[in-house]
Amino acid sequence: MNWSEFFAMNGYGFYVWGSYGVAVLIFMIEIILVRHKRKITLQQLRMMRDAGEEE
Amino acid sequence: MNKLSLLGLLGTVIRRDLLLAMRRRSDVLTTLIFFVMVVSLFPLGVGPELDMLRKMAGGIVWVAALLSSMLSLGRMFSADYLDGTLEQMLLAPQSLSVLVLGKILAHWMLAGLPLVLISPVLGLQFDMSPDALLVMVLMLLLGTPILSMIGAIGAALTLGLRGGGVLVSLLVLPLCIPVLIFGTGAIEAVNTGMTIVPHASLLGAMLLVALVFTPWVTAQALRISME
Amino acid sequence: MSINWFKYAAPSNFYHLAGKLIPWFAVPAAILFVVGMYIGFFVAPPDAVQSEAYRIIFIHVPASILSMFIYLIMAGYAALGLIFNTRLSSMMATSLAPTGALFAFISLWTGALWGKPMWGAWWVWDARLTSELILLFLYLGFIALQASIDDPRRADRAGALLAIVGSVNVPIIYFSVKWWNTLHQGSTIKFTGTSMHIAMQQAMFITLAACWLYVVAVSLARVRSIILERERSTQWVSELSEVRS
Repeated sequence: MNWSEFFAMNGYGFYVWGSYGVAVLIFMIEIILVRHKRKITLQQLRMMRDAGEEE
Repeated sequence: MNKLSLLGLLGTVIRRDLLLAMRRRSDVLTTLIFFVMVVSLFPLGVGPELDMLRKMAGGIVWVAALLSSMLSLGRMFSADYLDGTLEQMLLAPQSLSVLVLGKILAHWMLAGLPLVLISPVLGLQFDMSPDALLVMVLMLLLGTPILSMIGAIGAALTLGLRGGGVLVSLLVLPLCIPVLIFGTGAIEAVNTGMTIVPHASLLGAMLLVALVFTPWVTAQALRISME
Repeated sequence: MSINWFKYAAPSNFYHLAGKLIPWFAVPAAILFVVGMYIGFFVAPPDAVQSEAYRIIFIHVPASILSMFIYLIMAGYAALGLIFNTRLSSMMATSLAPTGALFAFISLWTGALWGKPMWGAWWVWDARLTSELILLFLYLGFIALQASIDDPRRADRAGALLAIVGSVNVPIIYFSVKWWNTLHQGSTIKFTGTSMHIAMQQAMFITLAACWLYVVAVSLARVRSIILERERSTQWVSELSEVRS
């Protein structure tokens, strides 16, 4: 079996790779969003701390 | 003040809500007009072929009833919430669940019952058979109280929130799907010459279960929203 | 030897525990996913009826199972939070909801892509697809309700009540949709059934395990941010090294 045959999936390539592609994409986006949220939260906490120290 | 019995309390709450609503009759009428309008839009949208309309009539009336009962849910607690009556109700020594049940029943009489009563007229627009009309009214009579009861939970949870009107539909509509399925299923059954008993008994069972649990759940939701 | 489990019910302790645990779930998740994909695509033979298209099953079934499972776990955590007033359980419920909704979406998406070659239509009102759609609506309702309440305590408790009502309703919805579907003689995906090749089963269970571990890792990571947000005015948060730096 060669690679082009593998990716063709016997004519079902679009459906199979469309499923896995979107699933993996969603996982990636979720991971990025979770990391981003952590970054934002930490940033806010630091800003709160800085604001508190100035007082 | 003499102590009220539970039934007396229920009657008092219902009478009070009906009286308040009668002073603002337009609210009740708006819901009803919305219902009639939505139903009448369907033939314009899908075409006037009577064969198709007859088949769709039950579903259309039910979906329209579902939407119009969502429309009036916001009013169930909001007025009492704004003028502080609801707070008094929460503090009252009487059972909050019974008070809530009274409010639900009053809501149904104002928002559900008129729809049930006018639905045969709308059914005629769709050339429904007399049997189907009868079954539809019967099913709506069993089903619309459930919509008010499930809706009460959503109305209580979204009390005083921004965007509450749309939010409550978002919460409540998915939970109402079984009612829609059995309600329309019975109309289809009578059209195809089958018995409506399983649909009617399942809907009746749901009504009883909802009657027992939803007032209590709504009372809890009110306590959460008000604290 | 006894472990004091209640120690970890305190958000400050759980924050550190979760931080340590995440790699132990994330790394096996990635490894198992690769292994599952390898078995699914290179070891498992093509299906006699569905040819290569059936390979969607290795993501579709885990996503569907987990989307339902996560809802129950979420409702369970929410109920714990409501009954025992444990803030951490409510935060876990909030943290699980987006992941559950995403899995429901993946399940629908892959179901549609599987349905097109098998049924000839992107969407068929099959009982399982329809209930999955309703499940997605329930998730969205939960998320929308919590998002529109500013007071975290009210958000937790209102969300919990909705999740409990929803989980009581899920079986009713499922059976009513199934009933509706059989009345209308709808189609269902019929797999070749018992003759499922052993490698297919292995691949499916391995990807299921991988997705499960992923869910745990990602919800732990999300709950850490939620803990920080909710506890931002406490002493321990301001003393964290990641905040001080």
